[in-house]
Amino acid sequence: MSAARDILVVEDEPLVAQAVAMVCGDEGMTVTAVDNAAEALRCLSEHHFRLVLCDIMMQGLDGFQLLAELARTGNPTPVVMMTGYSTVENAVKSLAAGAVDYIPKPFTADELLAVVRRSLRSSALLAAAESAGLERGGTLSFVPCPNHYLRLGCVSWALMEDEGTARIGVSDLFLKAVEGIRELELAEAGEDLAQGIPCAVATAPDGSQHGIMCPMSGKVLEVNEDLRSKPSLIEKDPYFKGWLYRILPSDPESNLQWLSL
Amino acid sequence: MLRRNIGFKLTFGVVLTVLLAIGIFAWFNIQSQSRSLLSEVGRHASQLSDAVKSDTEYDMLRNDRERIHESIRRIGQQESIDRVRVFNKSGEIIYSSEEPDIGTMVDKQAESCYRCHSAGEPLERLETQERTRIFQPGPDSPRLLGIINPIYNAPSCWSAACHAHPETQTVLGVLDVTIPLTEVDRNIRRSQLAAVALALAVILVLSLIVGLMVRGWIDRPVRELVAATRNVAGGNLAYRLTVKRDDELGLLANSFNNMTDKLAQARLQLFQSDKLASLGRLAAGVAHEINNPLTAVLTYSSYLMKRSQGRPETQKDLQVIVSETIRCREIVKNLLDFARQTVPKKRKADMNEIIGRAAKVIENQLALGRVRLDMELDPALPGVTVDANQMQQVFINLMVNAADAIGENEGAIKVTSKAISLHPAGVVQIKSAVCRKRHELVDRKFQVDTRPAVTLRFRKGEQTGLIHLNPIYGAEGHHLNDMPPLEDGVELVCPDCSTSLIAEGERCPQCGAPIYAFEVPLKGLVQGCLRDGCGWHRWEQVDSNWNDEFVEVRVEDNGCGIPKAQIPHLFEPFSTTKGPKGTGLGLAVSWGIVDNHNGTITVESEVGVGTSFVVRVPVQA
Repeated sequence: MSAARDILVVEDEPLVAQAVAMVCGDEGMTVTAVDNAAEALRCLSEHHFRLVLCDIMMQGLDGFQLLAELARTGNPTPVVMMTGYSTVENAVKSLAAGAVDYIPKPFTADELLAVVRRSLRSSALLAAAESAGLERGGTLSFVPCPNHYLRLGCVSWALMEDEGTARIGVSDLFLKAVEGIRELELAEAGEDLAQGIPCAVATAPDGSQHGIMCPMSGKVLEVNEDLRSKPSLIEKDPYFKGWLYRILPSDPESNLQWLSL
Repeated sequence: MLRRNIGFKLTFGVVLTVLLAIGIFAWFNIQSQSRSLLSEVGRHASQLSDAVKSDTEYDMLRNDRERIHESIRRIGQQESIDRVRVFNKSGEIIYSSEEPDIGTMVDKQAESCYRCHSAGEPLERLETQERTRIFQPGPDSPRLLGIINPIYNAPSCWSAACHAHPETQTVLGVLDVTIPLTEVDRNIRRSQLAAVALALAVILVLSLIVGLMVRGWIDRPVRELVAATRNVAGGNLAYRLTVKRDDELGLLANSFNNMTDKLAQARLQLFQSDKLASLGRLAAGVAHEINNPLTAVLTYSSYLMKRSQGRPETQKDLQVIVSETIRCREIVKNLLDFARQTVPKKRKADMNEIIGRAAKVIENQLALGRVRLDMELDPALPGVTVDANQMQQVFINLMVNAADAIGENEGAIKVTSKAISLHPAGVVQIKSAVCRKRHELVDRKFQVDTRPAVTLRFRKGEQTGLIHLNPIYGAEGHHLNDMPPLEDGVELVCPDCSTSLIAEGERCPQCGAPIYAFEVPLKGLVQGCLRDGCGWHRWEQVDSNWNDEFVEVRVEDNGCGIPKAQIPHLFEPFSTTKGPKGTGLGLAVSWGIVDNHNGTITVESEVGVGTSFVVRVPVQA
């Protein structure tokens, strides 16, 4: 294996690949772009990358097959999927299949960078946790989701309640990856949320904006009003007092298959 | 055509029956009439013959043959008498009004003798009835009535001086008088003619009356039904019969309308879901295709914008590219949202500002034509909670449509905004409703006015069926599908679990009928009365907490207008009046957006005068 590179872009549209390379390259990251998944797998076997940005719909092998192949070979490189809104379901599926995050196309340079930085940080945190986890009881740099919480990738969680409602929130890993929250933009009660579509927008101290992917579709019954006055609450206690919404799930059965315990 | 006509058949049947009745009646009538006429003539003839007998009796006794001849001849000359004859026992004609007959013999088997002589031994006494006979001597001669009057022997006869007759003889001879029946026959013929005339008149009048009745009561409604059936078969499912009757044909027409309603609904649903499915596929395809180019544009432009921080001029221009590309992204997303029927991302916004932004986008397009854009925006408009991008899309769609309606001509688009207040009834749509066991009652399969209806089951004995309530709270136009009135002991239940949906122990405060009740999740109980013309309804949580503040935006043009027939389909996907110029999505998307904001969008239009679209959005979403 040769020296580590930062980002592998797997994208069959050359203009998009170029644009992504340009934006990331401008931030000092080294970028390799390939136009198909087979080529990407070869690159990944030869070089170490810190992050893969991968289109889902491609000729030949698609994004899912790439994820499956990485899982089979035990390659830990984090993958961020890029896909259009038309395939939000695909994005959610890819999170269940092992992708760490996804960015809906089309995106601006800032949105791209926000996702890339967040994913780099979260995978670094995860890697640290993994090595720390070897010695149980070691202090982690983030608090993992409680056992019975359902997770959408590493981003958000949902907790089914007895009344058939669900409480949803954001994972500590996500919060740590965005390095704190300066502002939090929340939906209103009565709004309908869709799984995989941002349900809140967090503004990090550096001004970057991060959409928090909703783990479950449904209607907002209640917003955690405490968060409006005190956004820091979410960082202090993301799994209990820092919940975002109580929702009435609209399609729990199909949503649940993409959530992991 | 005439032969197949049910009216003709019915008229024909009735007339035939009446004709038969009149015929039989007339026949018997004429029979009895001619019988009485003849018996009258017979009586008259008998009297006449008695008169002749007594007139000649004296001369007979005196045996004055000349005088008897003279008398008989004179009597026979009378117009009402054909002839008078007297013949003796052996059949020889002794006297006759017709001179040549005298001296000739009469065959005993002949007409006048037959009565008495047919029995071999001649009879000597006969009833008047039996003494008369009717006969026709030749085919062209009139019928005659003959009466024979036997001349019996009397003491004066055998004791007379002439000693012409022996005492032992009983019958001396026969006086035979014949009378022509010309007058009687004429009377009978007249009666027959009268009967025929009467029958004809009756047929005429009867067929006229029956025909008119059949035409009014059967023919016309049936013809209307046939026309309606053809119309519906031809695809015009909007065709309705006007029902003004309470008979079976009225019922049939009602049923027909009902059937057409259901057919139309089914077709609309099929159509809508078909359209939505293809729209979904199309949108996904378009979104996928357009995403990559948009990604390149957006990434490059936003990258350049970041890089051009020192050059505000360039940055401003790039900002336009970035924000417009983001708008494209939102449009693509909305298209998908529409296909997926998801809900907007609402933020506090100023409707006037949104209208202003929409106007800016199409300014250039308007300037190319000769269209003037007048804005009358209420500066005191309350803020609304809407998805600004989506609402902008709505106004752009409406203004572009308005400009297209004006076309090459000069014209004006007028956009007005104002705050209004609306009562919840007729505005709020029930999008979800549940029974006590939490089964969803809003069924997308059934629609009332293109909205998914609240569907309940009714039961009364064996009779059962679904009814579809208009999901607009307080609105009329439920599809009750022949449900008997609730006060007749009809059960109203959840179609899934048969839990009763009749409010127990409660009655309509207006008319006292039983009322239905179901729950809207998180929004409380909805109650209402289904009695025809009552329309009472209550939804406490909405009635009391209702914020009646709405923002109304009107987009009016003086363009070509929309034909009435197209208005019901205006908001359907792929319905376009612009031919190849339109995609047929604009108004469908707009409708979806406004609907997702719990608002309404309506249209009023008159061909050649103009069109106005009215968008109403609640201030509090």
